[in-house]
Amino acid sequence: MADPEIKSYEPHHESQSAAVTESRPARVALMTVAFTFLGIFLLLPLIIVFNEALAKGVGAYTQSLSDPDARSAIRLTLLVAAISVPLNIVFGISAAWAIAKFEFKGKAFLTTLIDLPFSVSPVISGLVYVLLFGAQGLLGGWLKAHGIVILFAVPGIVLATVFVTFPFVARELIPLMQEQGNGDEEAALSLGANGWQTFWYVTLPNVKWGLLYGVLLCNARAMGEFGAVSVVSGHIRGLTNTMPLHVEILYNEYNAVGAFAVASLLAGLALVTLVLKTLLEMRYGAEIAATRGH
Amino acid sequence: MTTAPAQAGWRFRQPSVIPGFGLTLGFSLAYLTLIILIPLSGLLWRSAALGWPEFWAIATDRRTIKALEISFGTAFIAAAVNVVFGTLVAWVLVRYRFPGRRIVDAMVDLPFALPTAVAGIALTTLYAPNGWIGKLLMPLGIKVAYTPLGIVIALVFIGLPFVVRTVQPIMEEIDKEVEEAAATLGASRFQIITRILFPGLAPAIVTGFSLAFARGVGEYGSVIFIAGNLPYKSEIAPLLIVIRLEEYNYPAATAIAAIMLALSFVMLLVVNLAQTWSRKRYG
Repeated sequence: MADPEIKSYEPHHESQSAAVTESRPARVALMTVAFTFLGIFLLLPLIIVFNEALAKGVGAYTQSLSDPDARSAIRLTLLVAAISVPLNIVFGISAAWAIAKFEFKGKAFLTTLIDLPFSVSPVISGLVYVLLFGAQGLLGGWLKAHGIVILFAVPGIVLATVFVTFPFVARELIPLMQEQGNGDEEAALSLGANGWQTFWYVTLPNVKWGLLYGVLLCNARAMGEFGAVSVVSGHIRGLTNTMPLHVEILYNEYNAVGAFAVASLLAGLALVTLVLKTLLEMRYGAEIAATRGH
Repeated sequence: MTTAPAQAGWRFRQPSVIPGFGLTLGFSLAYLTLIILIPLSGLLWRSAALGWPEFWAIATDRRTIKALEISFGTAFIAAAVNVVFGTLVAWVLVRYRFPGRRIVDAMVDLPFALPTAVAGIALTTLYAPNGWIGKLLMPLGIKVAYTPLGIVIALVFIGLPFVVRTVQPIMEEIDKEVEEAAATLGASRFQIITRILFPGLAPAIVTGFSLAFARGVGEYGSVIFIAGNLPYKSEIAPLLIVIRLEEYNYPAATAIAAIMLALSFVMLLVVNLAQTWSRKRYG
């Protein structure tokens, strides 16, 4: 199998012969255009966030972040993510188990439905809850009579966040678990493990990196969601303002340093997410399903 | 028993030794229904309850039509821009080797990770008349911030990773031997790209375009800061929904949302047909 003759062709095959690549000037030109485009569209927005946040010095920056309204926005964002991400993890694992481990009718349709929130405008994701729970909504009267507050309060913000981040974990786990098949689980079961043990000691270790990958993306979106949350929050300062909503308020009040200071925390979160995501892809590329693009 | 398939008949699911089907499917369906299906059907029910005359009046309101035109028009232009530059970026990332390639590759996902409101204020600050880029464009008479052009800029930012991440894996799979064969048979580089590489990439490019377009149509956070939000000029449909909601005009908000959903659905259908067509023609 280790045919030396075939081996000797390898380097030649790897080297880019002139026929299958562009001429050097063309390559340089294409790379220049691509880098200029990326620089203008991706790098500059990122730089300006930190530049504006620190425009009036570090003192003004830390002062903006220690503002009580900013603090409460940070707390609310963490709280909302802490509730909605675990909910979608439980759903994602459950849906992936049902879809990947079993063959049943209507599976493709169910998979399509799970992706539905990605094709709905964030504003509409918020609107559907207003129509359901609002004063004129379908359940509005009943909720009012029972003293339950969902809209313009934390439950509404959590629901809207759960809606927009719904597919992240599931769509990461489904292809991964399908690819891995049922062999390991069947072996565990035949050796006497019960269903729960099989999941905990066999399936979960097999998918942990893919799960982490999905959770990472889910969390980034949960903390950064703007449109859906904006519709259901009611923008009550210090109470129902998440970090992205607080950014908007400060920006519209011409408090650029304050707005960009809070924005810089979100940009930092985005950078950390990207770094972890890249590390996961590099280290565990094979153990994360071959499904990129969201 | 030899004709097992015929005797098996219709079955909801194939038998399996693995437990937990009822529990996981039941929970998933219940959760999906509560979080997604009931709220979405509530929207459809409310818009159906409007009755045709009222629905038609809202749909043909000049401001509604303008907002939809702006949303779909700018999203189309932005997706087209992203097809050109996104494919180019994917090509550079797949075919060329340069220092820092890994970092550039990771950066492409920034629009997925950066909250839209942050992108919105950052782009607005860059393209405002006194911003880093706005200042350079001002003498040329180009105004970006607070015009429809600003909307396009924001949607190009938002949509870029959709095209790159759809086209990139297909590019990686291209078998170089086909190119080599074409070259030995005397094809020029231009002929190879247009006759051999592009047809293979066309379905992925169409998918990337449609994903970027669909995302752009619904985008709200990054656009409202840079758009200027002038009715009839730079007011996008999602913003009009929010404005109607703030006026407690629930019927109008519902109707516009239903129209957006319907248009997006039709669009997805068209894209699917286009894909089937391109796969038949080039595949």
